[in-house]
Amino acid sequence: MTTEALDTAVAELPLDDPRALAAVSLIWREAHLLDSRRYEEWDGLWASGGEYVVPIDREATDFASRLNLVYDDDRMRRMRVERLTGGFSISAAAAARTVRSVSRFVVTGREDDAIEVCSAQILVGYKREETLVLAADVTHRIVFTEDGPRIARKIVRLVNSEDAVTASGFLL
Amino acid sequence: MTHPHPHAPLVESDRVAGTLYTDPALFEREMDRIFHTTWVWVAHESEIAKAGDFKMAWVGRRPVIVSRDRRGGINVLLNRCRHRGASVCETPKGNGNGFTCPYHAWSYGLDGSLRGIPYPEGYEDVVEKKDLPLQRLKVASYAGMVFASFSEDIEPLEDFLGGARLWIDRFMKQGAGYPIKVQGEHRFRFNGNWKIQLENTTDWYHFPIVHRSWMSSVDAETASMLSIMTDESAVTHALGNGHSVSISVAEHADLDVDDGTEKLQDRFSHIVEELSKDMPPEQVRRIVRSLHGAGFNLNLFPNVAMSMSFFRVLRPVSVTETEIRHVALGLDGGPEIVNRERLRIHEHFQGPFGFGSPDDAEAWNRVQRGVAGGVDMPILVNRGLGREKPNDLGQPTSHATDETGMREAYDMWNRMMTDDN
Repeated sequence: MTTEALDTAVAELPLDDPRALAAVSLIWREAHLLDSRRYEEWDGLWASGGEYVVPIDREATDFASRLNLVYDDDRMRRMRVERLTGGFSISAAAAARTVRSVSRFVVTGREDDAIEVCSAQILVGYKREETLVLAADVTHRIVFTEDGPRIARKIVRLVNSEDAVTASGFLL
Repeated sequence: MTHPHPHAPLVESDRVAGTLYTDPALFEREMDRIFHTTWVWVAHESEIAKAGDFKMAWVGRRPVIVSRDRRGGINVLLNRCRHRGASVCETPKGNGNGFTCPYHAWSYGLDGSLRGIPYPEGYEDVVEKKDLPLQRLKVASYAGMVFASFSEDIEPLEDFLGGARLWIDRFMKQGAGYPIKVQGEHRFRFNGNWKIQLENTTDWYHFPIVHRSWMSSVDAETASMLSIMTDESAVTHALGNGHSVSISVAEHADLDVDDGTEKLQDRFSHIVEELSKDMPPEQVRRIVRSLHGAGFNLNLFPNVAMSMSFFRVLRPVSVTETEIRHVALGLDGGPEIVNRERLRIHEHFQGPFGFGSPDDAEAWNRVQRGVAGGVDMPILVNRGLGREKPNDLGQPTSHATDETGMREAYDMWNRMMTDDN
């Protein structure tokens, strides 16, 4: 399962595969936790060795060799959570309020212990008299562990990633 | 202009008027008298390395194209067709043979010359192609930094940079024997006047406060490297023409100078190990000492800074909105592991999801909002006035947390904005 690009073959959401529903359920729960800024709980959704990427180049698949907006391994992601919850960041303290919707699920890969789901995310943020919209194609690789489904990889490809991106104190 | 006290100067030696951040008429005047007049940074030469390479850029509010022609020359062209005014390029960067207007297909060469007009019969005895090239700006480079100006009679770039040239040369030493190249950029906007960002580059006073969350996320060695508040060797020099340099890590001010006492940071031990496989220890040490970039922030009036390991480029969008680009740098032809580490360091601090930039943007927006509440009150730039002294080059010098660099920038601003100069 090496698919990451948006032009890969897609399958309808296999409603007869309980893993697909479990993956979608996890993705919705993740969106809820991020909008609620419950970052410690969000961190708990990740599999060990997880990779969280918000690339600048929407076509990129080799993230390590280029500049990204976010390129987190476990260590960086935990530091990010610490920064957002630690009380020392003025932008986190004044974070925009967000509401996001994740839909348009398609399955782009299936293995025995993992499933890859591509979706559309629309986030509306509000801060100081201003409302902003961020749209992204999102790819999740969900692995099924003894503890249940976990996020092994999340790639958020913003429609405007190569332009000026406004984000204040929240995560995608 | 709507200065509330018409007889009070906008800029004094220790303060500036709050209207500098809020007055639309002042902003228009800044565009005309500063951005559309002086040298404005548009590119690094590595971004247009090969013939046919181009990128879009801005000079003030005017969109331009920076291109490399077949003879190796660098051109900066107004992105506006000479016929009916359409932009001739909307590709942020690329490689091509020239630029064709989408409206009536007037086509221009990489140097801006008008090459082709479809159905030319209608222009017989009306238009000569040689008379209608894209508008060309004056162009000059120093150490790979490309600047452009709308003024034909502007002073030579080297004179304009003046005392900043020494620091540009020193900045490029972080290549550790390799040329510097651009590796990508983060772009974001904040709701605030461009000068709020201009001030920030040599403002080490804010650093341990605004960037406390970043400081607590880095290793102790890196945090200690930036213990500026108590470091007497951390100083700012006013370099003339609005430029200034603020030294944060004095032992990295000139990366060629190494007395051998500095211990390489543990966080880079995996890089030392990898490079040591086929590089002599001196070269490994030289590269690893340069991983955080140069030990200073150089602020070049009006729109670019060379800040430790990156370029900061500002673009005034309106009196209350500014776009920032943080350009990541690497070693052209250098070891991949080094360039990747530099990308990770850049991502850690910069951009809309970095651990530093969002906190800066929050502070700057708060300045804009606060100032709007009391434009008749001055902005104070007087920190360190009591301890500022000339160095042996005669450059006003004070501690890196002082506001010497801001005073220098506002002095230049005042000279460019005032009629009697």
